[in-house]
Amino acid sequence: MVCEECGKAQATVHIERIINGRKMTMHLCRECAERSGLMTLGVLFQPSFSINSLMSAFLGSQMEALPSTGPGMEGPRCPVCGMSYRDFARAGQLGCARCYEVFEDRLEPLLRRIHGSDNHVGKAPAGTGERARMRRELEDLRKQLSRAVADEAYEEAAKIRDQIKQIEAKLGGIRRDR
Amino acid sequence: MTGNNAEVLHAILTRSSSPWMEGSGELSSVVISSRVRLARNLEDIPFPHLLSENDASTVMKRVFEASGRVGEKGFGGPVIQVDLSEISPLDCQVLVEKHLISPQHAQGRPGKGLVLRLDESASIMVNEEDHLRIQVLRSGLELAEAWVLASGIDDLFEQNLDYAYDERIGYLTSCPTNVGTGLRASVMVHLPALAVANETSRVLTAVNKVGLVVRGLYGEGTEGQGNVFQISNQITLGQTEKEIIENLSLVVRQVVTEEVKVREMLFKNHRIEVEDRVFRSLGILSNARKITSDEAIKLWSDLRLGVELSMVPGLETKDVNEILVLSRPTFVQKFFGTALTAQERDIRRADLIRKHLASRGV
Repeated sequence: MVCEECGKAQATVHIERIINGRKMTMHLCRECAERSGLMTLGVLFQPSFSINSLMSAFLGSQMEALPSTGPGMEGPRCPVCGMSYRDFARAGQLGCARCYEVFEDRLEPLLRRIHGSDNHVGKAPAGTGERARMRRELEDLRKQLSRAVADEAYEEAAKIRDQIKQIEAKLGGIRRDR
Repeated sequence: MTGNNAEVLHAILTRSSSPWMEGSGELSSVVISSRVRLARNLEDIPFPHLLSENDASTVMKRVFEASGRVGEKGFGGPVIQVDLSEISPLDCQVLVEKHLISPQHAQGRPGKGLVLRLDESASIMVNEEDHLRIQVLRSGLELAEAWVLASGIDDLFEQNLDYAYDERIGYLTSCPTNVGTGLRASVMVHLPALAVANETSRVLTAVNKVGLVVRGLYGEGTEGQGNVFQISNQITLGQTEKEIIENLSLVVRQVVTEEVKVREMLFKNHRIEVEDRVFRSLGILSNARKITSDEAIKLWSDLRLGVELSMVPGLETKDVNEILVLSRPTFVQKFFGTALTAQERDIRRADLIRKHLASRGV
């Protein structure tokens, strides 16, 4: 097994850790383990096993699996900010909120790895959540509307159009500074 | 920045006391302060590290406008808005020393801003790693109270701004390590007795093992300085804010219990040694003509232990906590309003601390 950090040397140090009831394992070579500070006993205290180092180790191993750079080899880019997953793996930061959607498949295992979960259970923003819900409903209704029109179900279509207008009015009311 | 705002900021930067360091609140003999920070971003706008100067300014403007609407009532007190590019690097550094902005935020790139409650207990960093970093500071172990205020401020901002939020993974942040609640709760503790007993390592390693992170007074690399440590959560996803805060509070309480146990033991069995150490440190602090920042913080730790063990009449927790601010490298320069050489700083610092102690009759 190769080291998750450098991807070169043989992994001889295996560190297990339980976060949120989930076991996580890191496989490192001796050099990387020493550099990560995970083995420096005898100092003031054992330095933090930080999720930042966990993330970079994980990104490092993902990078290994990515094809080498070159035109067209970067994979999909985020349509909003133009970031590729490789850019993210290098920077450790995503480019914008949309990146989470674009790179969902690869981010999910990363989130599970660093947080032991990929499911938010905390506070939800009152307004934004409501607006998001309404926008989704609007999308649905618009699809229904075009279906209804295509089926020449005009009575049904009129009803849907009224619903759309109502939601649009509500959305306009909630959104203040756009 | 308007003249009035500049004056207000100057007053904040040159005072050594902050309400969140006043030594009140639960377990304040060990816990210096509690901090809650929420990471939030605006929808459809790239995160700060990808923003052009222009777009960053637009974000700052929008956050400042929203903060105007949140108002004094929402923040719990009057605030000022600061465009960090309009103040000097020295001022930025003092904001770091006062724990009001991060070192990263002080690196004067354009488009970075700060909304600051005048009593320093609430602030928002604009365009740090995320568009908004809402921060609330309280004296003692008061994470729950800090969360209530931070969450309230958050709600009011959210009425005025569209946040980047996903129903499944929560608040979206620039770095995936903050996603979900975006909550980083952190407690600053002073553990001098554990250090004397050589127990710091054992206790903090145990803290680490339960998934919390331990840093020094000013983050990584300052471990052990003044025996001050910051303990904070790492996981932000998959737990509620309440769980994160309760878990951290629980662990901090255990650390406090360990520290207090050793303090009591020292007081009972080694009183004369402890008193000797405390009063030697007090002697230097109240007489030195020249003192480095490092030495002052080391002595400060002994003195604070002495005050908490009621060995030093006339001095209260608040008075010693102030010395921590007085000891910082940049604060001295700001206080005297001139650039100083290292040697001059050490002289002025000794002077400030001496006068501070003298004013308390010590």
